[in-house]
Parts: sequence; structure tokens; C-alpha cells
Amino acid sequence: MIEIKNLQKSFGQHHVIKGIDLTIDKGEVLCLIGGSGSGKSTMLQCINGLHSIDDGKVLVDEIDVFDKATDLNKLREKIGIVFQQYNAFPHLSAIENVALSPRVVKGMKRKDTLDLAAKHLEHVGLGDKLNHYPSQLSGGQQQRLAIARALAMEPEYMLFDEVTSALDPELVGEVLDTMRMLKDEGMTMIIVTHEIPFAREASDRVAFFDQGKICEIGDARQVINDPRELRTRQFLERVLH
Amino acid sequence: MFGYSFHWRTVWQEIPQLAEGAIVTLQIAVFSMLIGITLAVLLAVARRNEGSIASRLASVWIEVARNTPCLLQIYLAYFGLGALGINISSYAAVLGAIAFNNAGYLAEILRGGFNSISQTQYAAAHSLGMNSFRVYSYVVLPQVFRVTFRPIMNQSMWALLNTSLGMVIGLKELTGATQFAQSRSFRTFEFFLVAAAMYYVIAKIILGLAALVQWRFLKGGR
Repeated sequence: MIEIKNLQKSFGQHHVIKGIDLTIDKGEVLCLIGGSGSGKSTMLQCINGLHSIDDGKVLVDEIDVFDKATDLNKLREKIGIVFQQYNAFPHLSAIENVALSPRVVKGMKRKDTLDLAAKHLEHVGLGDKLNHYPSQLSGGQQQRLAIARALAMEPEYMLFDEVTSALDPELVGEVLDTMRMLKDEGMTMIIVTHEIPFAREASDRVAFFDQGKICEIGDARQVINDPRELRTRQFLERVLH
Repeated sequence: MFGYSFHWRTVWQEIPQLAEGAIVTLQIAVFSMLIGITLAVLLAVARRNEGSIASRLASVWIEVARNTPCLLQIYLAYFGLGALGINISSYAAVLGAIAFNNAGYLAEILRGGFNSISQTQYAAAHSLGMNSFRVYSYVVLPQVFRVTFRPIMNQSMWALLNTSLGMVIGLKELTGATQFAQSRSFRTFEFFLVAAAMYYVIAKIILGLAALVQWRFLKGGR
């Protein structure tokens, strides 16, 4: 379970997150929607400690992410994250990208990590690209590689930070399909996305962020089909045309 | 045509001495690069942490190494330290001074390499549970070395040629050995032509070793 309590975060003068409370249960899929600058990506990256916070608490399985005594590297092993920008390691082949962390962080044997990496790459449909370098892969393939790389650490939670926003439109589907597959397998996921139809059918709950706060949160279909808040409705009208 | 007749026999007699000098030259060039790269990585990483004491010390090192003549650095290592009562061999003085000089230049080269790596690479590596040491060892430095490979090789050619300054403090590296040998017969032209050819061969050996390193460790994307 991930618990966020009264989270506050500023970048200099800019108050990005103004008090967020949120609880995500095991097995749940939560989509975060909202305009750019509304704080959803920042909040996501606070969950695995990539940003510092000014106030509040983030608990992952009751471990305080921002407690000085917390081993952040250990905690990150159970929280996978995929970013908007492709960030496969360009000097490593696909299989080496995926095998690296299990080997150097978990200390697994090289051969075992290669088997593990091959398994996860096949799982996301890249079984025929094991020895390709990132520069030889399309954007959609690179994002699936990033998903496989995160999954190889066998995380309990997966965070997705606008993973389709930098993709050509025809490549978005393959990445969304991969996330749907993970949902079917019961993965707990928090997904920042602009793909509203995807959020509606693939998630359990949707949270609408506005100006650093959660303006509305609830059942995915209800929030998107029948929003209670005026600002949610205005946002949805803007993005759905 | 110019009234100079070449006499090669004296040169052949002294070839063993020149070869010994060539080995010293190759050693100093290779060791000073290995030490220089190691120090340069530390300097470049230290400098990224702006405002820290380590960063300021690194800046001073880089400034001094790059803005003073290598010849003076060798003099200071040999006579300067000697004046303080620290007497080191001419070999150690030349090796130390050239390694110091290399480290300064290489740190600047690496800085450019570090700047070419996007912040998202660090974030991605950290998010996989790697600590900073692992992020640098497995993700950042391998990319930095790929980007900076050619400038680093350029610096290693400078390191090789700078070893000839060892002559001024009596080190019998290739130039020193050549100078000593030719002073007995005064066949200056012949001796230095042969020495130049030997420098050329050593340079090719170093580039060959580097190509081997590149093939073995730096193949692949980017």
C-alpha cells in the first residue's frame, strides 16, 4: 500500500504540490490526469524519492520514503518507474539493459540475469530484439524495453510518467497494450497519462489534478463520464476536443 | 647535395641504448595516462558538486595543470620537491608531473563528456536501485568514455611526446638516451632521425592498444 499524506513541494518560488492525500491499495490501478504543471508527475516521482519534499509523508508498505534511516536504493527495488523520455542505456543492448540491475544491485549471476532479461523482453514483445541497441529500436519499442527493465527487478509497484507522450501516434497503442497486460496480471500501478479513453477503461480509479491539488478522485468511469467538479468537466472537454 | 654524408653504423651500435630509452618512454606514456585518467575521473566528478571543497580543489588542480608549461611541472617535481627535502628519482618526477598534467587536461575532456549525458539517465539508473557509485560505474562513465574516446587518445599522444622533456632532468628516456648517444659521435642527424622513427612506432603501438581497448570494452551503441 502506498500512502501519501499532506504532501507539499515547491521548486523555488513555485509551489507545485499543495497538500495531497492519497492512498493506493495493492492490486489497484490509478490514473492521474490533469493539465501540465498540475503536479502529477512531480508527485509520482516523490513516491520513489527522486524528488525531495517540503512537508508531509510518503509511506510505501509503511516505510517512510523520506526518513533518513530508509535505504532508498533498497526501497526502489520494489517500485519500478518508466519515464516520458526514452532512457534506455544507449551503450547496452536490449538484453544488457534489462540484465544490468539484477546483476549489479541484486548480485545475481550473469547467466541467470540474461535468462531473466530474455524472459521479460519476450513478455513485452521484444523477444526478437534481444541484441538490438536502443538506437536501433523505435520509440514504442524503447518504452517497452524500459518497462521490461523495471519489471526485471520484480517490483511490487509500477509508476508510469506520461510514457506515451513522446511517442508517434501510431506507436502509442503497443505501449498501452503492455500496460493493460500488466493490469491483467494484477500489478499495482500509478499512471500519469493524457490518454483519457485508456484511463477510463484500464484503471480502477482516476484522480484529476488541478493546481497542485487533487480536485476530484473516484471510480474511473464516473470521473471521466460524469465528473462532479466543474474544473474536471472543463478539462475533459478541452482534451476530448 | 648539402655536403652531409650519412653514417649509420654508429647509430646501429647504439640501438640497444635507444631501445632501452624507448621502453622508458613507452612506460611513462602508458602509466601517466592510466594514472591521469583515474585522477581525471575523480577531478571531474568532484567538480560536478559545485561549491564543495573537493570541487574547488579540483578546479585549482585543473587550472594549474593546464595553464603552466609541462616543463616547469617537471622541474618543480624534481628540483622543487628536492628543495623541500623530498628527493625522488627523475623517473618518478617525470611520471608524476606528466600524470598531473594529463589529469588536468583529461578532467576537462571528461567534463564535456559528462555534460553530454542527460539527467534522465541518472534518474533511470537510480530508480532501478543503483547507488551513486553503481550509477557512475555502469551507466554514466561507460557512456562518457565512448563520447570522449578520441580526445583522450589525442591527449595520450601529447603524453607520449611530453616524455621527451624528461631529458632535462637527466632521465634516459628515448630523447635523453639519443642525446647521450649522439654526443659521443656527433652524428646528430642520424640519431634523431632514428629516434623520431621510434617515437612514431611507439605512437602506433599506443593507438593499437587503444583500438584493442575500444573493441573489447567500448563497442556497441552510441
